Amino acid sequence: MKIKEILDKNGRTPDKLISSLLEYQKTTLCNYLTEDDLREFAKETGIPLSRISSVASFYSLLSTESRGRYIIQVCYDVPCYVNNSVNIVKELEKNLGIKMGQTTEDETFSLEFSSCLGCCDKAPVMQIGETLYGNLTSEKIASILDKYRGEKDE
Amino acid sequence: MSDQYLSKNMLTRRFGVINPESIEEYINDGGYSALKKALSLKGSEIIEEIKRSGLKGRGGAAFPTGLKMEAVNLAEGSSKYIICNADEGEPGNFKDRYLMENDPHQIIEGIVICAYASKINHGYFFIRGEYIKATKIVEHALDQARAEGYLGDNILDSGFNFDIEVYKGAGAYVCGEEFSLLATLEGRAGRAAYKPPFPTICGLYNKPTQINNVETFCNIPHILQMGGAAFSKIGTPSSTGTKLICLSGNIRQPGLYEVELGTSVKDIIEKLGMGVPRNRKIKMVQLGGASGPVIPESMLAIKLDNQDMQKHNLSFGSGAVIVMDDRIDVLDILKRIIKFFHHESCGKCTPCREGLLQILILLDRFIDETANESDLQLLEILIETISLTSICGLGQAAPTAVKSVLEYFREEFTDRIHTTASALKGGS
Ligand SMILES: Cc1cc2nc3c(=O)[nH]c(=O)nc-3n(C[C@H](O)[C@H](O)[C@H](O)COP(=O)(O)O)c2cc1C
Ligand code: SF4
Ligand code: FES
Repeated sequence: MKIKEILDKNGRTPDKLISSLLEYQKTTLCNYLTEDDLREFAKETGIPLSRISSVASFYSLLSTESRGRYIIQVCYDVPCYVNNSVNIVKELEKNLGIKMGQTTEDETFSLEFSSCLGCCDKAPVMQIGETLYGNLTSEKIASILDKYRGEKDE
Repeated sequence: MSDQYLSKNMLTRRFGVINPESIEEYINDGGYSALKKALSLKGSEIIEEIKRSGLKGRGGAAFPTGLKMEAVNLAEGSSKYIICNADEGEPGNFKDRYLMENDPHQIIEGIVICAYASKINHGYFFIRGEYIKATKIVEHALDQARAEGYLGDNILDSGFNFDIEVYKGAGAYVCGEEFSLLATLEGRAGRAAYKPPFPTICGLYNKPTQINNVETFCNIPHILQMGGAAFSKIGTPSSTGTKLICLSGNIRQPGLYEVELGTSVKDIIEKLGMGVPRNRKIKMVQLGGASGPVIPESMLAIKLDNQDMQKHNLSFGSGAVIVMDDRIDVLDILKRIIKFFHHESCGKCTPCREGLLQILILLDRFIDETANESDLQLLEILIETISLTSICGLGQAAPTAVKSVLEYFREEFTDRIHTTASALKGGS
């Protein structure tokens, strides 16, 4: 299975655990780690399950709950806020028909807040998967989301 | 202050000039010659130069870098570590990302020089998990440096062995804190720990460890090149060198700027950022990021100088300048700041975990105008308790913004104690 492969490549020592969890999570369809996954990590590495669970729940880039294929993270912090990130959130919620913290029914998008994304000079900012979008306006949202919707249908 | 202080290009000089993916271009521009020079010196001589330069850490706490290097150098034990802290996550900061994306070898050269000075053989480049592009560029630069003999065994035939491993964070602001960072590196949940002992004595796997910010390391090659004495003439006596400034908020030209230390906040905002859009008035400016103080427009003449700032109990932290105009509601901003810290709290100690929640509840009372006189007292006691009794820097600094608003914008609180206060507009 995938977990074995990743651990064979990265090594099974505790210092490689977090990067292996991240790498494996990327290969899952719904961007999260199941209990079975964590168990397999424990079995393979010999690291206690309790410690692996505590790691998986501590870091915001790791999730133990099912999420959409694309995770939309909108920056919550002050430089983005004073540049009207609130309007971006409203537009995203309207367009997707969900609230912050939810996943669309077809499991395509999850909508989340994120802490500062380190692009405050391009505020307001959001990140979808690995792509950053800065200098956002409400008008830009629909076309950005449509790109991802298109990708999914292909 | 004259314009001589503005736009000093030292750390950013190669930005846009060389291709960050090409080690040849870095070398042709004089890159890695400081390392060559360093390899002809004794470790103690290098540390003397750094001490003479007056360089202080750029990660926020302004600890003298030479002293930190000396502590690691003198620490017992043959196995030591060096870590570049690139976990940049303080809201309002993006300078380390720019440094990694535009001139990665400058950082690597700085790390190798420090490693050589203290005979350290293992290095980590701890990069925030969200910084995907920066990580790729750094990984590529490390590969190149290895291929060209600036990393690995017997660096430039000096007999010195050293390599750097990239470690990606997994999303937790607190991991920028030293012990939390070390816990993450060891594969544990990133919870902080009491200091002392400091990592310089008891760091990664309990071994002596030097941890510095990305920008701090970038200064090292320049100090070696020009000499500590020449470096110490840049800036002011208490704050030498240049500083990268992350300018954001309500500002015409947000972005990254490099200024000589001693520049005033006002010059940064007006001459580099070109002021506030639509000529609105500045309501307040937050310095350093979410954990920094909020100051009113009347104080903007203050200089980026440790001594000048300390007189007012302020600091410029990691160099963020967040401008907010007069449409912004101060308490609304405070709420967002405290929410950030509450969310990022690792939960290990009570003052931070519970105290920040209590501050949020109190802030809501003022916002709803249901607060009374004793709520104000309670708020002040809470702030004091949290900053004095939290285990790590996150909790200790979290109430800084609220504290400074109580000092400089007290009426924002007192006006809302009774329901008679006029409603403030805007903000949300
Ligand atoms: C909550 C918290 C977050 C921090 N985040 C960072 C960071 O992202 N980058 C950084 O260099 N220092 C950060 N620091 C400061 C580091 O703990 C440490 O002081 C610094 O890396 C030392 O390097 P310097 O002396 O070169 O500044 C943080 C501190 C705290 C308490
Ligand atoms: S101050 Fe906050 S972040 Fe630091 S150890 Fe305590 S709970 Fe954790
Ligand atoms: S505050 Fe939004 S990217 Fe920094």
